[in-house]
Amino acid sequence: MSDTPASKRLDIIRMKGRPTVNDYIPQIFDDFFEMHGDRLYGDDGAIKGGVAYFKGVPVTVIAQVKGRDLEENKASNFGMPHPEGYRKALRLAKQAEKFHRPVICLIDTAGAFCGVEAEQRGQGEAIARDIMEFMTLKTPIISIILGEGGSGGALALGVCDELAMLENAIYSVISPRGFASLLWKDASREKEAADIMKITAEDLVSLKVCDHIIPEPAEGAHTDAEATAAAISEYIFGALQRKFQKGLDELLNERYNKFRAIGEFTV
Amino acid sequence: MLDDIFSVVRQRWGSSSPERDDSKKPDIPKDLMFKCPRCGTVSFSEDFNLNGKVCPSCNYHSRLSARERLDITIDKGSLQEFDKEMVSKNPINFPDYEAKQQALRARTGLKDAVITGTAKIRNKEIVIIVMDSHFLMASMGSVVGEKITRAFEYATEHKLPVIAFTASGGARMQEGIVSLMQMAKTSGAVARHSEAGLLYITVMTDPTTGGVTASFASLGDIIIAEPKVLIGFAGRRVIEGTIRQKLPDEFQSAEFMLENGFVDMIVERKKMRRTLAHLLALHEQKGGAFDE
Repeated sequence: MSDTPASKRLDIIRMKGRPTVNDYIPQIFDDFFEMHGDRLYGDDGAIKGGVAYFKGVPVTVIAQVKGRDLEENKASNFGMPHPEGYRKALRLAKQAEKFHRPVICLIDTAGAFCGVEAEQRGQGEAIARDIMEFMTLKTPIISIILGEGGSGGALALGVCDELAMLENAIYSVISPRGFASLLWKDASREKEAADIMKITAEDLVSLKVCDHIIPEPAEGAHTDAEATAAAISEYIFGALQRKFQKGLDELLNERYNKFRAIGEFTV
Repeated sequence: MLDDIFSVVRQRWGSSSPERDDSKKPDIPKDLMFKCPRCGTVSFSEDFNLNGKVCPSCNYHSRLSARERLDITIDKGSLQEFDKEMVSKNPINFPDYEAKQQALRARTGLKDAVITGTAKIRNKEIVIIVMDSHFLMASMGSVVGEKITRAFEYATEHKLPVIAFTASGGARMQEGIVSLMQMAKTSGAVARHSEAGLLYITVMTDPTTGGVTASFASLGDIIIAEPKVLIGFAGRRVIEGTIRQKLPDEFQSAEFMLENGFVDMIVERKKMRRTLAHLLALHEQKGGAFDE
């Protein structure tokens, strides 16, 4: 499917039956205990976090929740986190560091929520703090983009030792819709935008942003959630093995340098 | 009538402002008058300039070029600029990006949207970062990200404080995901500088928004803002679109950010250099050492 255009993938990841973290977490992890709240303001339904076993190893899971029906979407704000979601993520990541657990981030968001209260509670600061703290967090971090990786709202959980993407997932600086409305003042041209933005998993591997592509069943993850979950598990297993072999300094230096190397310029 | 007056002015002094066909409204030459984007008051440029480019009516601190900012901030002649010649490539082959950059370089005399280097404020050595909104609204592409990262790395290595004057529309769309990654890159360099126990002061100027707010701008040990400037994460119109109502004028202002706890202090331009010098001096000294 590597020649599927971005616009087509947009359709696939928006399919009603596309599995969400609510489908994946029970299949990938055992004994997931959800933890709530940022201890500062409240609990955000758009980011689900907790502790679990992954093949017998304790891990911390931080996941963005897209709903599949109105009820779920109401609870998860359509997967668009508020600052308290990012602060909960940071709290749980710090806890993972304390107890020497690796962190597994599952990314699936159109972006951080844009609203009055999000601004009042410091959406920018919350994301900035996650990015900075994740950069020096003393435990392995593996991030996987399941569907949409929208801008800073995705990057807040995307500072990691390895970034993987499901085959049809996208990762972009702004949603294709936002891009079209910004550039052409016409949000309806989002498909056209998607195709020039370089946002597919293959594009991102060539730009050295994404490290691995996790294959989906032929027609997309929605046709076989179980097989997709198994592929994600297999990837996490390998990634953790790779990271556990490293010393802490080596791990943190490689994490820093992974991002340090991105940028194209002449001096 | 006004039109006539200004056409006389234009003829006499020549005007660089392009002629518009729909000149029903008075076509005020940009260099003669300043119309405040906040309060709408029109004042003579001379008065406005004498006032440090601050609106005499509402105290809005308008945008300065990076050079103007350096002139009023650092000791004369103290700038040792880093990476003067650095320019962006076109990482996602965005149509016309090179041409757009070239045109802007010619117009602004800048290679990209940030100037970095070492400098002195009242003889105290610092690393300074000044963004310039006249270049693609100081959006953060490869050059902005790399120069800021290098500036922090230099400061970490040489144990220097960093002062960053931020201004940005956010990510640089033309560089796609590479632009987004600059948020991580710069924040990583801030983290290392901070871990080394060094001081980082952010001065938020008009406008500090988007990916810059969501990365290094919000990570200062001390965050200062100029009065009435725009500070926020999401665009105002995007939010208005979401909530389907107009937002009050003071939304996302420096004062709004102070009230909500995201800014330490609001400092007027004329007091900025003095304030920075005091803060630098205070941080040079360790507070009472309990244990040597």
